[in-house]
Amino acid sequence: MSRYIIKRVISAIITLFLVATLTFFLMYLVPGGPFLAEKAPSPQTMKALEEKYGLDQPVGVQYTNYMKRLLKGDLGTSLKMRGQEVNHIIKTRFPISAKLGLCAVILAVSVGLPIGSFAALKRGKFLDRLIMFFSTLGMAVPGFVVATVLMYFFGVKLRVLPTFGLTSPLHYILPVIALAFYPTAYISRLMRSSMLDIIGQDYMRTAKAKGVSQFKSLFKHALRNAILPVVTYLGPMLASILTGSFIVEKVFTIPGLGNQFIGSITDRDYPLIMGTTIFLAFLLITMNVLVDIAYKIIDPRIKME
Amino acid sequence: MMSNTLLDIKNLRLSFFTPAGEVKALNDVSISMQEGDVLGIVGESGSGKSVTAYSIMGLTAHPGKIIGGTIDFNGHRINEMSEKQMRKIRGKEVSMIFQDPMTSLNPVYTIGNQIREVIYLHTDLDKQQAYDRSVELLNLVGINDPEKRLKQYPHELSGGMRQRVMIAIALACEPKLLIADEPTTALDVTIQAQIIELMMELKRKINMSIIMITHDLGIVASMCTNIVVMYAGKVVEAGSIDEIFYNPKHEYTKGLLRSIPNIDSPSHERLIPIEGSPVDMLNPPVGCPFAPRCDKCMKICLKRMPEYTKISDTHKSACWMLQKEELERSKGVMK
Ligand SMILES: Nc1ncnc2c1ncn2[C@@H]1O[C@H](COP(=O)(O)OP(=O)(O)O)[C@@H](O)[C@H]1O
Ligand code: SF4
Ligand SMILES: [Mg+2]
Repeated sequence: MSRYIIKRVISAIITLFLVATLTFFLMYLVPGGPFLAEKAPSPQTMKALEEKYGLDQPVGVQYTNYMKRLLKGDLGTSLKMRGQEVNHIIKTRFPISAKLGLCAVILAVSVGLPIGSFAALKRGKFLDRLIMFFSTLGMAVPGFVVATVLMYFFGVKLRVLPTFGLTSPLHYILPVIALAFYPTAYISRLMRSSMLDIIGQDYMRTAKAKGVSQFKSLFKHALRNAILPVVTYLGPMLASILTGSFIVEKVFTIPGLGNQFIGSITDRDYPLIMGTTIFLAFLLITMNVLVDIAYKIIDPRIKME
Repeated sequence: MMSNTLLDIKNLRLSFFTPAGEVKALNDVSISMQEGDVLGIVGESGSGKSVTAYSIMGLTAHPGKIIGGTIDFNGHRINEMSEKQMRKIRGKEVSMIFQDPMTSLNPVYTIGNQIREVIYLHTDLDKQQAYDRSVELLNLVGINDPEKRLKQYPHELSGGMRQRVMIAIALACEPKLLIADEPTTALDVTIQAQIIELMMELKRKINMSIIMITHDLGIVASMCTNIVVMYAGKVVEAGSIDEIFYNPKHEYTKGLLRSIPNIDSPSHERLIPIEGSPVDMLNPPVGCPFAPRCDKCMKICLKRMPEYTKISDTHKSACWMLQKEELERSKGVMK
């Protein structure tokens, strides 16, 4: 176990370093700059600004400076939101997206797992086909369509749910559903195929031969084995959903990190792009470690090394 | 010794209704077994041995369906029982072990958990008693250091060990009947012998009967009291071990026995397949199913299914040769 932890920490540091370096130079290669808004500033102002933020220095120097600060945990200052530290922006925006995302993940798992298992049990029957039809649909429809349709139908037409901001629990409903749409569909498909595989396993027959009821053999013997692929998917899915979806946050006007991230890219807000990317990578690594640990807990055959 | 009928299968017919058509897996299977018997069921792959075993457990899987006949076991009419009633019998009055011990235990639960499960299901033992019983069971099946083993997971045990655990689970509630479906096929030879020895030893300790499904005539010879020979979903011959080994009547049985070098010193020979291909169960022939591979085949064999000829109280066989002999004998008497 301790060897596993050391290994993971080292590989995490290397990964973060690579992500930071790659993002830095990719950003540098992409044309445009932070101060090229519609109202382009005068060349003098531009020069002053670039000097202020060190953008006039050679790229190598910029890079070392950035990395030095990064080592201290300082992600720098936003270029567009003057004076705001990137650390501070992430700290205020991330919880909004994370709360929303967490609700969506809980919804996706608690709907996806049972209906996927159910479809497997009813394999080939009408209900199975119905579930599969909807999950295919759920995976095929783009996120902005889902969000817009939900917003239009429940918010504009029926006027039963709020569509703007996150000021009450009711406000969560539409964005959470929109966020959960794809993962629910995906998890139910994953669960169905994995459940089908497990139902045919020899130990399921053993359970029956012992006199275990179908209900219990599903819950005790099948579920824990069948859930492994879902757990694998949950790692990257959590990381991406917790950092917020640009589309959903845009449609429902939510000041989350996802919205902010895309904004920072169009703005060429270099420190903010860097900071968010590194944060995302960090989250992804953490989630994958959690998945590994969950795997180990669920399946004793897995060795942590 | 008075013996009671433990299992009586009468004219069992079972089909799988597949998209390709009806697979007639069992055609009029009748098997009877007395308490204390060790019944060997032999026959090539696909002859219906496992399907027969599952039907005794009430585990006929979709799309399989019993379409005729009766199964009486230990005072229960199995084929008329509900799933709920069957659950009380499975693992308690009749247990089953399977071919592949590597995959028959759930990889994510400990050995102890999987043994206790069956104890809790069928007895009122509390936690401590169930634990003691588990230790006792592992001792019984010859697993040393049971306290440690109970905490281990299946992957930490060898194949032979796992089959011993399966046997422990099967015997936890002292069933009347243990069905072993090719329990040693997946194990290597020395382990095979140990498992067979263990089963026989346990049979003596617990008063139970055994159905041994196997390809291995050596195993049959070493442990069975009676034999049922199956071919294409039919019982083609049944009898005591001596009757089958020393006085086989069906041409298929004779073929099987010919494929072992020496009957008296069975060296765990696998059945060498008899030439020709097995029967197409989707379109079974009207006559004797063995006819296409039988060198004694007569015209009548292709046209009509042979009836059983009773050779003794325990010995029967379905072959036209026997009917012919009988006919000639009775003609001789009339003359
Ligand atoms: N689930 C199933 N669907 C269709 N046919 C089946 C199924 N299970 C068994 N059968 C058929 O039943 C026949 C007997 O099978 P089985 O009892 O497993 O043979 P064996 O003697 O090798 O144990 C075979 O012809 C097989 O094709
Ligand atoms: S009935 Fe005919 S074909 Fe069948 S085993 Fe006997 S002799 Fe051979
Ligand atoms: Mg079989």
